[in-house]
Amino acid sequence: MVLVFDKVEKFYLENDRKLPVLRGIGFELKPGQTLALTGESGSGKSTVLHIAGGLEAPTSGSVYLAGQDLTAMDDTGRAALRRTEVSLVFQQFNLVPSLTVEANISLHAALSGRVEQAYISKLVKALGLTGQLQKYPEALSGGQQQRVAIARALAAKPKLLLADEPTGNLDEATADGVLDQMLDLVADTGAALMVVTHSPKIAARMDRELRLHGGILT
Amino acid sequence: MMRACLVALLSHWWRNPLQLFAFLAGLALATALWSGVQAINAEARASYDAAATTLGEGQYDQLVPRQGNAIAQDVYVGLRRAGWLVSPVIEGRLADVRLVGIDVLTAPGGLGAAEMDQAMAIADPEARALLFANAATARALEGVAEVQADPGVAPGVAVGDVGVVQRLLGRDDLSRLLVLPEQPMGRPDLASVAPQLRVQSSQQAADLEQLTDSFHLNLTAFGLLSFAVGLFIVHSTIGLAFEQRRGMIRTLRSLGVPLRLLTGVIIVEMLSLAFIAAAVGIFLGYLIAGLLLPDVAATLRGLYGAQISGTLELRAEWWLSGLLMSLLGTGAALAGRIWQIRRMPLLASVRPRAWAMAGAGRVRWLTIASVLLLGSAAVLGVVGSGLLAAFTLLAFLLVGAALALPVLAGVVLGLVQARTTAPVWNWFWADTRQQLPGLSLALMALLLAVSANIGVSTMVSSFRLTFTGFLDQRLAPELFIEVDSARQSTALEAYLSDQGLEVLPLLTASRQIEGQPARLFGLRVSPTYRDNWVFLAATPDAWDSVDAGSAVVVNEQLARRAGLWVGDVVNVAPELTLPIAAVVGDYGNPKGQVITSQAVFRDLYPDSYPAQFGVRSDNVPRLRQKIVEEVGLSENAMTNQAAVKAISMEVFERTFTVTQALNVLTLGVAGFAILTSLLTLADLRVPQLAPVWALGLTRRRLARLELLRAVALSLLVFICAVPLGLALAWVLLNIVNVEAFGWRLPMYLFPGDYIVLGGYAIVAALLAATWPALRLVRTPPATLLKVFANER
Repeated sequence: MVLVFDKVEKFYLENDRKLPVLRGIGFELKPGQTLALTGESGSGKSTVLHIAGGLEAPTSGSVYLAGQDLTAMDDTGRAALRRTEVSLVFQQFNLVPSLTVEANISLHAALSGRVEQAYISKLVKALGLTGQLQKYPEALSGGQQQRVAIARALAAKPKLLLADEPTGNLDEATADGVLDQMLDLVADTGAALMVVTHSPKIAARMDRELRLHGGILT
Repeated sequence: MMRACLVALLSHWWRNPLQLFAFLAGLALATALWSGVQAINAEARASYDAAATTLGEGQYDQLVPRQGNAIAQDVYVGLRRAGWLVSPVIEGRLADVRLVGIDVLTAPGGLGAAEMDQAMAIADPEARALLFANAATARALEGVAEVQADPGVAPGVAVGDVGVVQRLLGRDDLSRLLVLPEQPMGRPDLASVAPQLRVQSSQQAADLEQLTDSFHLNLTAFGLLSFAVGLFIVHSTIGLAFEQRRGMIRTLRSLGVPLRLLTGVIIVEMLSLAFIAAAVGIFLGYLIAGLLLPDVAATLRGLYGAQISGTLELRAEWWLSGLLMSLLGTGAALAGRIWQIRRMPLLASVRPRAWAMAGAGRVRWLTIASVLLLGSAAVLGVVGSGLLAAFTLLAFLLVGAALALPVLAGVVLGLVQARTTAPVWNWFWADTRQQLPGLSLALMALLLAVSANIGVSTMVSSFRLTFTGFLDQRLAPELFIEVDSARQSTALEAYLSDQGLEVLPLLTASRQIEGQPARLFGLRVSPTYRDNWVFLAATPDAWDSVDAGSAVVVNEQLARRAGLWVGDVVNVAPELTLPIAAVVGDYGNPKGQVITSQAVFRDLYPDSYPAQFGVRSDNVPRLRQKIVEEVGLSENAMTNQAAVKAISMEVFERTFTVTQALNVLTLGVAGFAILTSLLTLADLRVPQLAPVWALGLTRRRLARLELLRAVALSLLVFICAVPLGLALAWVLLNIVNVEAFGWRLPMYLFPGDYIVLGGYAIVAALLAATWPALRLVRTPPATLLKVFANER
């Protein structure tokens, strides 16, 4: 399994009051499998994604990423896993504005020490970014910026790709194109994919769909 | 991983060269001002040390004449024969160089190493006709004497064998005798061998370093103030750089860069930049010191007779301190940001700085801190004593007022906004308030610079007025004459009296009075003194009491240091205690003075004679000529007081050239702080300006409003700076001056000067705002539209 959630609970404290976000959820994700996580706003979708990526720690329960218990790790350990086993694609792209497109694409791979130039060139070509490499993110459209973010995520050859509303900022036609490319590339690498989305259309294109309601999987 | 992380961080500077320039330039300017001042101080101190070791001052007891300036050679021989281990020294001036003659065979072995080398050279029979001096002094003696360059000799001094110097000066006597530390047992008393000499202990000898410490302290304070203003720039630039890189930091962390590594790389990055800025700053400081050193040297020579080298050396003590201050300053600004990063949740949103900082908590913190600091300043003003307390008071006052500025500005802008009904102006004032957190550091820097300017210009102008009056008072006699012997003194006084002129003979001696080194004067009370001298405090019949020998006049320095005032008694000598009839202001002299009648003086020094005379005359050139012809004095023995006054005023003007130069630099640095803040805030302001632009305000009008905002804020700063500057001046005049120099100066106000300064401050702010305003005019509509497209 690439990802295992076991009885995961998450509470936030607000004015000394516990606000439950996740109430003992559990699921598994196999290599190469794609999963859509859906649910209304505030249902805890993004929290699941953040815990899976080691960005947040659960209040209780266990999370295994690539066979390693995330809940037993400190910040440095979780950072190492993020660097090597998992990649994230955000709705707001989160590119580094002062780096060129080329440097942005290589950034994650460079941090993990796994830059494969040939593979990166293949990704660039597949995502239609060949003519954009020396530009800065501000000169690109939203769709192009999201393609750069996807290229950056895949260039690190992660075991798990996590995407938070990856096409939420894009128009429908652009969103369809970006999603097609992302699914094709994930299939090529054999990585698992978990997408947080509101869109039934996107969810329908995944192998599985999990729906969250009030912090519980339904 | 570290390399990729560093490349990403550095790419921010690459894409924002202006911000990088602001950071480097701010820190470099701050370091330059600090290290420049330190370089001047280090050079001066090195010169004092060289002078002390060359001349033996402050190291050995000395025998000096009770009266006059010369010791006959046979007196020295008599002392040696009686068993006194003394070494002769002759001093005099030749071609504006201080010649010092020593006798190598009898000189104490404790002279510095460099001097021992000279001594060995002087002892060489071949070199006995030589003088030794540093390169600059050697050039001054070209054609006058044979000089060998030696960098170890104090500036303005040439050292040689006592016989050589006697020949060059045309004298056969000595100036003083150094007393060797080891003396034989059973030697006779000095009074029985040489009653005309007295022992001046090493502690009593004029210690230049001590005398000039206050001057250097003032310079250091200004260097520190400039450094503080520079640090505002660094703090502001680092802050903005971190705000703008907040998104990048979040992205790097989400890509797996550990927090510890990230903060480590940031620290290395910032300290490396600080190191570069410090190197540039130290170089600039060297240039500044090189430019200012001649004025400082002239000031110290004029005020204290201290000879400072006119050339600057790269001494580790000042450039290391510049480097250290630069790194510490960056570290201080960095520490808070690193702490924020460590506390920042990984998924924290990237919010504009203005919103993040405008919280009520920050206002509360600023208010509490400023009240505490200003309260502490007030307490120190009442109960503190000493220079350290005075400068701590100044620091508390300035920092407290600076912290209060954003709070006060927020209140004022809120009140103005509340009285505005027009929608555009309502937005303008609200937007100005919102910008305050982002601009507050730059505004604080401007406040410090303007108030320092007001404070220092008030002090300088007050000093100028007081000093001019003091010179008129002290230099009232048109001609000043010095004589070398009792015979000359008697002849001169007789001649002048025969001419029916008002003669003011002056008897002087150095002695310890009330535990302090002081000069005792015996004078003939005449109408000139009665008409011209202005006392700080006096009994109604002060001059009559002095004339009658029943009271003395003391200068302010002695009165304040000894805690005495009019009506108190002063212990002039063990057998003589007299009441103080008046306290007189004495500016430009750090030593204590006691003025008695001639009769009282002669009771203490029966063999004394007036060696100095003031003479009232309508025709000074003719009188000089007649004195030369009929009394036989040389032209060099006479000084035209008008010329002395002119020279003194020139020295005075140069005294404050350094301060004024530092003031201008500080104001320039503050203007630069505003420029960098506005430029770095410009990008963050696009989302605030875009909606107003969309509602119909043109970019040109928005730019004009930006300029108006700069004027409004600088005017507000200036209004706050006036009372702060006057408070600064009051502290400088009434506390720092008293502690450092021993005198209190009256404070005069110069509203015209302040208005001009206010104009400069507004122009500086306007100039700083011009570039960002032009950038705003040229901002493409597409950039503003991106705000609505959520693509920024």
